[in-house]
Amino acid sequence: MSDVQVITAREMGVVGCRRCTQVWPVGTETCGRCGKTLVSRDLKSLQRVWAWWIVGFMCYIPANMYPMLQTRTLFTVQQDTIVGGAVELLTHDAVGVALIILFASVVIPLGKFFAIAYLAISVKRKNAASFEQRQLLYEVVEYIGRWSMIDIFVVAILSALVQLNTLAAVHPGPASLFFALSVIFTMLSAQNFDSRMIWDVQARELGDE
Amino acid sequence: MEHRLPPSPIPDVIVCPHCDAAYKLARPAHGQRAVCVRCHTVLIAPRFKAGLQIIAVSIAVVILVIAATVFPFLTIRAAGASNSVSIIDAALAFSDGPLVVLSLSTAALIIFIPLLRVLLALYVLVPVVLDKMPARGSRQAFRLAEALRPWSMAEIFAIGVAVALVKITDLADVAFGAAFWIFALVVLLVVIQDRFMCRWTVWKSLDGLRK
Repeated sequence: MSDVQVITAREMGVVGCRRCTQVWPVGTETCGRCGKTLVSRDLKSLQRVWAWWIVGFMCYIPANMYPMLQTRTLFTVQQDTIVGGAVELLTHDAVGVALIILFASVVIPLGKFFAIAYLAISVKRKNAASFEQRQLLYEVVEYIGRWSMIDIFVVAILSALVQLNTLAAVHPGPASLFFALSVIFTMLSAQNFDSRMIWDVQARELGDE
Repeated sequence: MEHRLPPSPIPDVIVCPHCDAAYKLARPAHGQRAVCVRCHTVLIAPRFKAGLQIIAVSIAVVILVIAATVFPFLTIRAAGASNSVSIIDAALAFSDGPLVVLSLSTAALIIFIPLLRVLLALYVLVPVVLDKMPARGSRQAFRLAEALRPWSMAEIFAIGVAVALVKITDLADVAFGAAFWIFALVVLLVVIQDRFMCRWTVWKSLDGLRK
């Protein structure tokens, strides 16, 4: 439990701009300095969070079922899904790279789905996890979500570079499109979350004591 | 007819954008930082001569990004066959059918958005640092630059390159072109440029500007 007592802008009867931190009286509609719409609490933000979350999750399913890479060598054509490609790397003793791929393409996206869902649910109920921890979780989600794009860039580089006519050629598979969309949608989902709501529960609980 | 006055900002107060905590505004000295006590968000972090340094770094980034897209990036050789690609080639690898969308967004994420953000920063900061009136549309420009921040992915592309290299070194010889080293420098400078900039100070300096 946080022992720091702070006064929030809402308690002061003011609203702070989330972009440029300029402070205005409650009821001001747009920030006169940077033009951002001012809201003390964005009540519709959870709806947007869930909407992007669902679309993102829907894209993540085909992203794992379709092949990410199609490798054609002299006599064989090989199609790899995300997990399949990582397992392939493991069998070739490239453990470090396989772990990076698995981490960026499986652990981070799945963790992000869980984390956003958890945060969105937690602001609605009295929760055991501390506010500092949830704020930290939110910041980690915002920061680390972009790194899932690694696999897309790997596919881009491989498909551009490995074009050796008949010898070997790499082509991107349909999963790359779905995976990129999934990353973009979950980034939008996280951006729409109003993190000030995490701390409102704190104020409510302290008030109850 | 009723004439409504525009609301006036409340001075001497700063509100944390992440947790809504309100503080009495105190400008920290150069090199120090004002941090929210409960969620540890950095609110103000001015640096001595940051404007000039950011401008210098930004100009360098513009020149280097252009150079990085022109020169060859990587070359692959295997059994007599070889293929050489630039960064643009890599970005546009998804060229068949619906994947074209992916090509264009990849190019944007690794080249155009980082470049645009740097150009916008120059547009906003050059007049401010020279003590002139901010340029027209400075607020919109800085707003766009800030909105694009999470979508600037040059550094993630760099990790992608590293992973791709490990994947193919077994199969073929890879040679680094000039653009490879230039791009590595761009990634570093973009991060430095971003770290040096104190958003609060920039917005403050745009305060005197009429809309």
